[in-house]
Amino acid sequence: MANAQEHTSHTKLIWKVFGILSAITLVEVILGIIKPESLHLTNFLGTSLLNIIFLVLTLVKAYYITWFFMHMADEKKNLRRAVVWTALFLITYLAALLLIEGSYINDVLGPLTKWNY
Amino acid sequence: MEATVATDTNDNNWDGGNKKPLDASYGKMMMWFFILSDALTFSGFLGAYGLMRFKFIDSWPIADEVFTHFPFLHGVHAPMYYVALMTFILIFSSVTMVLAVDAGHQMNKAKVTFYMFLTIIGGAIFLGSQAWEWKNFIGGSYGAIQLNDGKIIQFVDASGHQVTLESFAKSSHSERTQHIKSKGLWFVEEAALPAITLNEVIEGFKAHPEITIRTEQINPELKEKIIIPRSNAMNYLDESKAVVVGANLQVNEYGRTLFADFFFFITGFHGFHVLSGVIINIIIFFNVIIGTYEKRKSYEMVEKVGLYWHFVDLVWVFVFTFFYLV
Repeated sequence: MANAQEHTSHTKLIWKVFGILSAITLVEVILGIIKPESLHLTNFLGTSLLNIIFLVLTLVKAYYITWFFMHMADEKKNLRRAVVWTALFLITYLAALLLIEGSYINDVLGPLTKWNY
Repeated sequence: MEATVATDTNDNNWDGGNKKPLDASYGKMMMWFFILSDALTFSGFLGAYGLMRFKFIDSWPIADEVFTHFPFLHGVHAPMYYVALMTFILIFSSVTMVLAVDAGHQMNKAKVTFYMFLTIIGGAIFLGSQAWEWKNFIGGSYGAIQLNDGKIIQFVDASGHQVTLESFAKSSHSERTQHIKSKGLWFVEEAALPAITLNEVIEGFKAHPEITIRTEQINPELKEKIIIPRSNAMNYLDESKAVVVGANLQVNEYGRTLFADFFFFITGFHGFHVLSGVIINIIIFFNVIIGTYEKRKSYEMVEKVGLYWHFVDLVWVFVFTFFYLV
């Protein structure tokens, strides 16, 4: 446990993490506004390359927030795994099932939707 | 792996002695597990959103066309800027929160007070921004026509940009007034009449040869809404049911009503978390001021509420991605 006397300030690290988070957000916003066609109009893993980039950047942001703002890095490995692995595995599982089912419903129902009058 | 073998032979500790496998205080550990369960709740909501989005992948509203407002820039097409600003506000209030936690470790009461105060202000600004975002979404921007089967038809000019209903609708005099209880049957009432009637829109459309319509359907190659040639447009407009301006839980001028439902529900649920975070922050803030944690010789309470506050920021990072970027 951190002791008042021997605790060193992490202010520098905090501002560094803030810089990283801001930079990532800025990149996301710029990509979101220009939507470069070479990334946007592609098909990769069921979505566009641009969306994959957004997803990866989001996970990087989530990592920085959890590890350095929520001090997960300083917790015991057991607590870290109990929280992070549980969330990671359950959410991945849920998302995979839901998205696969969603595309399946679209495959079946999409052609039946009337768009011409 | 650190060794977790209990080595002390204190007979009084029948439940495992002093070795704490997670080495966290009860409160902090439980805050972590609460956050875990709350994260699963949010992923349930966002997962449901993903399911519906993939189900209607060929006709989902395009976020860039929905969220285009920025304060003091009227009529300027500014996608993403405002929500980027909101994201920065929340990240910044996360930074001040973690600075407060850091100052707490050094038992620096003045600094904790100051940074907690900034965090509360940041949270309040974020809530205000979200209210403004909701206001714009509810108010709408262009207006649209709803067909009998519920589909949304929007109007575009020759260059493919959307035009407002006001810009072309033919104003005509109508005797029709809103049916309220005091003016008609006392047990019947109706919603406020739209400022523009369906007939005015259709007459205006006929009088303006330069505009045409587009459906919700997305061209998968260009990832844009498909524009219907004007020669074919009247076939669609013959099916018109109502004029739609703005979005609510029943109807949405930008397309699928489900989009509005999920937007209101998920950002609303997140906003509720921010609100409760601000309230808890205020309570802790006053506890800091009256010196509760100074007497306790530990600012761990600030750390715990900090965990919650960062979690709210973490959720926003995902909401931002799934509603505005992807």
